[in-house]
Amino acid sequence: HLATSLPLPSERDHLRPRIDMVVFMIDIKSKYSLKNVEASLAYLDARFFLGKVCFLVTGVGRVNACSIETNAICKLGETYCSPVIFCELELEGVRASTAQRLLRMLRICAGLIPGVSALSFVSLMRKSDGD
Amino acid sequence: EKADPQKTAFLLRKAWTLYSVTPLYGFRRARLRDYARLLGAFIAAEKQKGLAVEVGVELDIKVALSSLADIRGSELDQAALLVQLSSRSRGSSRNSEDKPVWWGWFCSVFGDELSENVPEHFTCLPLFLSHGAESYTALVGSWFQKTFDCCFRRLAISPLNLSWMVAMWAGCKLDRAASAVELVFSVPRLAQPLDISYAIHPEDAKALWDTVQKTPGEITQEEVDVFMDCLYAHFHRHFKIHLSAAKLVKISTAVALAHCDGIVKILHSQYLPGVLMLLTELAISQIQ
Repeated sequence: HLATSLPLPSERDHLRPRIDMVVFMIDIKSKYSLKNVEASLAYLDARFFLGKVCFLVTGVGRVNACSIETNAICKLGETYCSPVIFCELELEGVRASTAQRLLRMLRICAGLIPGVSALSFVSLMRKSDGD
Repeated sequence: EKADPQKTAFLLRKAWTLYSVTPLYGFRRARLRDYARLLGAFIAAEKQKGLAVEVGVELDIKVALSSLADIRGSELDQAALLVQLSSRSRGSSRNSEDKPVWWGWFCSVFGDELSENVPEHFTCLPLFLSHGAESYTALVGSWFQKTFDCCFRRLAISPLNLSWMVAMWAGCKLDRAASAVELVFSVPRLAQPLDISYAIHPEDAKALWDTVQKTPGEITQEEVDVFMDCLYAHFHRHFKIHLSAAKLVKISTAVALAHCDGIVKILHSQYLPGVLMLLTELAISQIQ
C-alpha cells in the first residue's frame, strides 16, 4: 500500500488489511519529503516503532543534488529507533536488491520467520550499525 | 608582494567555472617562466595537430604564469597561481596588443585540512577557477595533469551548499545599496521544464538572517534551515507551492552569484576571501 502522507483516510479503515511494516521514503533531493515524513511520524502508533518501521532514503547516487543533510536523517533514525537504508532507485541493480532487502524485513515483521521477531531483528541491525 | 587591489580586481564580476584539483607533484614556484614556455609550446603543438581551438583563426597564444600572493588564507596556504592566455594575431606590427582570451587560477584559502596532511614535494591548490573558452581550459588542464600528475574534476554545488551560501551572503553587511537576493528553483518531473525565480529585498533578507543567527561569525546548519524554511513558508503562503520540493539551482546576492553547475561570480572585493574559503572547502571535500 502506498500513501503520500499519514494519517491514512479513515473511510477505508475497515477494508484495509493488517499493516506489518511501514517504510518512510525520503528523497534526498527534496527537503519537502523530509518535512512530510516528520509530520507523518506523529500519526503512527508507537507500537510500530518496535521494529516495524524503517526509513528509505532515495536519490543518494547524486551527491550534487543533495538538499538534505545526511546527519539529519541518521538522527531521525536514532530518535525513532528504526533503521535507515540508503539507496538509488534509478539503478536497476540497487532497486532490485533494496526491494529484496525490504521483503526480507517484511517477512520478519509479519512473523513469517520462526524464531526471529521484528524487535530482535532491528536491535541486531542497530548493533551492527554502531560497530 | 603587497596587497594590490588592482591585481585582484579582474577576479570580480567574471563568471568562473569551478574545478577541484588534487595536489600538484613537483611544482616549483621558481620555474613559472619555464612552465609558461612549456605550456605555450604544448598549446601550439596541439593546434598544429589539428586540434585547433578556433577554426580558421590564425592566432598565436602567449602564456603567462604569475603568483597572486595576497590570495591565501593561512600560513599553510600556497599563494594563488594565475595562468593567463593572450592572443596576438599573426603578421601584425610590433605595436599590436596582446588580447587576453582565457584566465585560470589555482588557489587555496584556509585549505589547511588538505595542506596539513600532504607528503613532501606536493603543492596543494585544491580550487581551480577558469574563464574563457572550454577548449583552452581542456588544453591547460591536460598539460597540468600530465606535468604535475594531478586530477581536475568539475565542482558542482549541491542545493544544500547553495542554501548555505545564500544564508551567509544575504546576511553580509554592505555599505552600498545591495541588489535583490534571488533564488532560482527548477521543478522536476514536469512535461515542460519550469523554473521559479524568487526575489527578496536585500534588507528583508538580511533582517531575517539577523533574527535567525545566534552567534555573529558562526553559522550552524540549523540556522540555515530556519532561514530557508521561513523563505519557503512565505512563498507557500502566497503561491501554495512547496519550494522545498523543487531543486535550488542558482542563488544571487550582492556579494556573489552561484549556480549548481559549479559557476560563481564574485561581486564584492571585501568578501572575496570569505567566498574563496567556502569554495576551497567544497573543493577539498570533493577531493577526499
